[in-house]
Amino acid sequence: MTEENLPQAQPEQPETPKKPVKPKKDPRAKLYKPETPLILASSPHFHTRDTVPRIMWNVVAALVPATVLALVYFQWAAVGIILTSVSSALIAEMLVNRVKGESFTIPDGSALITGLLLAMTLPPSFSLGGTALGSVFAIVVGKHFFGGLGYNIFNPALLGRAFLQASFPVPMTTWTWPLTARYADVDGITAATPLGLFKFEGVTSELSGLLTGNISGSLGETSAIAILIGGIYLLIRKYADWRISLSFLLSTFLVSGAFWLISPESYSSPVFQLFSGGLMLGAFFMATDMVTSPVTARGAWIFGAGAGFILVIIRLFGGLPEGVMYSILLMNAFTPLINRYTRPKFFGEIRA
Amino acid sequence: MSESSQLHISTFRRGVHPDEYKNLTCHLPSQIMPLPDEVFIPLQQHIGAPCEALVEKGDTVKTGQKIADSSAFVSSPIHASITGTVVAVASFPHPLGAKVPMIHIKRDGEEDDWVLLSTPENWETAPKEELSKLVREAGIVGLGGAAFPTHVKMSPPADKPIDHFILNGCECEPFLTCDHRVMLEDTDRILKGMAIMMRMLGIKQGIVGIESNKADGIATMEARVKALNLSFKIQPLKVKYPQGAEKMLIDAALGRKVPAGGLPMDVGVVVNNIATALAVYEAVVDGKPLIQRMLTVTGDAIQSPGNLISRIGTPFQVCVDACSGLKDETSQVFMGGPMMGLVQYDLQVPTLKATSGIVCMQSSQLKNTRHYPCIQCGTCVSVCPMNLVPTRLSRQVETGKYQDCKEWGVFNCIECGSCAFVCPSGIPLVQWIRVGKVKSTEQQQKLKAQA
Repeated sequence: MTEENLPQAQPEQPETPKKPVKPKKDPRAKLYKPETPLILASSPHFHTRDTVPRIMWNVVAALVPATVLALVYFQWAAVGIILTSVSSALIAEMLVNRVKGESFTIPDGSALITGLLLAMTLPPSFSLGGTALGSVFAIVVGKHFFGGLGYNIFNPALLGRAFLQASFPVPMTTWTWPLTARYADVDGITAATPLGLFKFEGVTSELSGLLTGNISGSLGETSAIAILIGGIYLLIRKYADWRISLSFLLSTFLVSGAFWLISPESYSSPVFQLFSGGLMLGAFFMATDMVTSPVTARGAWIFGAGAGFILVIIRLFGGLPEGVMYSILLMNAFTPLINRYTRPKFFGEIRA
Repeated sequence: MSESSQLHISTFRRGVHPDEYKNLTCHLPSQIMPLPDEVFIPLQQHIGAPCEALVEKGDTVKTGQKIADSSAFVSSPIHASITGTVVAVASFPHPLGAKVPMIHIKRDGEEDDWVLLSTPENWETAPKEELSKLVREAGIVGLGGAAFPTHVKMSPPADKPIDHFILNGCECEPFLTCDHRVMLEDTDRILKGMAIMMRMLGIKQGIVGIESNKADGIATMEARVKALNLSFKIQPLKVKYPQGAEKMLIDAALGRKVPAGGLPMDVGVVVNNIATALAVYEAVVDGKPLIQRMLTVTGDAIQSPGNLISRIGTPFQVCVDACSGLKDETSQVFMGGPMMGLVQYDLQVPTLKATSGIVCMQSSQLKNTRHYPCIQCGTCVSVCPMNLVPTRLSRQVETGKYQDCKEWGVFNCIECGSCAFVCPSGIPLVQWIRVGKVKSTEQQQKLKAQA
């Protein structure tokens, strides 16, 4: 920097005190003494614009691509299930509000998410009555029995699905091809999911089908790309913890990769594991559910890694072809424990 | 380009970015307020022992005359800020909420007779003890907000060697611009005040930390440091709240972490506010005790915001009226900024030594008062500069688990308000934490009494 570039040096202050400046007469001046009492509150007095409903409605927006693809692939079946699931969730929420004598919580958007997420996990051929039952179970038992929004231990949508899986094991594992798939000449033809195909028949599916969703599976989990679009939106807006999604996917990849390296014939490739089944939906929308996942950074890594590990064990050695639901529910149960043991190191803390 | 113009802009981890609103007043030169007709001077404006009044009702006092003092070391004397007559020594409303003893002085006529302190011929050769005594006699306390007596800060125990002095010019609170203006208008005196303080500590390394939103401040300071042939380092800092908190600033400027529960001197650092440096210069060179300071009167409820130089003890109402008064829809008035400021219920309260601003807000700007249950989103955890888990602390306090909240570091909280600022559920986390601190201490005392 040369001398000329230097900012104008300020002249030495005069030692004599400055003369008082009379305040200008302002025409607007109105010497106001507050007649209404001033509001008292504890600091801070500022707040970001983020609120619970804003977060919830953003999650709904992030689910739009997957919902649209579900409608495209499964058409009327999807319309029926989504509408039934969402409306039963909203009605159940309203009735619970009524019984508990609290104000209506539908505008916060959380019941809508539960209904929509549950619909996404159901097979397209599932009955509407069953859907409504699962949805009501999710809201009443999964959410409000634990104390309502913020107090539930398990992800309500997944708990609803677990309830349906236990109650209707056959319809819950009967899959149909999307109407747009090449095999779909007759309505309602049944087909195994890619994971089921591999597990029970040793058949691998093409990756392109897994990515676009033109395969058999539940409504929302068939297209990895649609889920990724919504999921990445959530991560960018910081409404989902990237650590959970990343560690879940990474741990699934690494654990299944280890088995694949040991025996490529008996275990499917880690890439197939990553893009099949409900993993994408689980990693971006289910595991990242704020209420049921840890609040600390270290906790998030543990949560995701644990879910990935349990998932691979269920997929490879369990009786079911798919394990996303149980892996997340199991980790949900661990969340309070993880929170307790992952207290961040205080600023300037020296741990013995 | 020289190295200094490419200084690395440093900061601390975590924190938040509230809207600044500084452009309301940052370009406005300071105005000296007309002398107030009356002042209310609280006997305690600092951390430490309260002072005892040295004057009685009916006494006449001169500007700068010592009117209250204490024999305790951690305390700071109080001076009359106008020339007049003591009307009363009684309890009046204080900005902290309660009524506390104050000296009420009414001005006599227009004269402003100063009683000056006796100053050394040349501070550069004066003994350190004399300087320290002078700083105490001038009633100087930390003007950033905490009001810790400066002479105590300047006398660290022998087992805590100090090697760095940091001048705090962050001013990270939204709205406040008085430090920014002081930095531009009194640059030389601030830098010399800093040199005096460094001489008192006997150290050579000085850093001035300034947030990069005060580019003109950084440039002016750099130019004057060069012109005055000083060796201070001007450290630009990334704009982030709460950078002005001592511990955050030391981390940002030096990369040193003050141990949990410790003080800056534990890592060999003394931090002082930029306005304090000016007060030290005025005391040591001009012999002026601390009886006036610059404060920002601003907010969207003020007709014409400004930076005022006002006498300490001036009622808020007088400062507000000097800025053409309040708008009709005023709903909140704080002493200090909106992140850590204290709400006022009465504008008759006086300004204190540590009052850096009066922020008046309309209801449209207030925080959302709609509350939701905690959804465990963890945002508070991700912004807490002290690495605490505010959501857990608040729930522990709510359920009366005071022992647990102590283990989870409730006493490490600096109450910066970042957690409650981001909370989507609108939970008053800081308020819960404050309750936790009080209850936890009470519980401990009870246990001790039983034992």
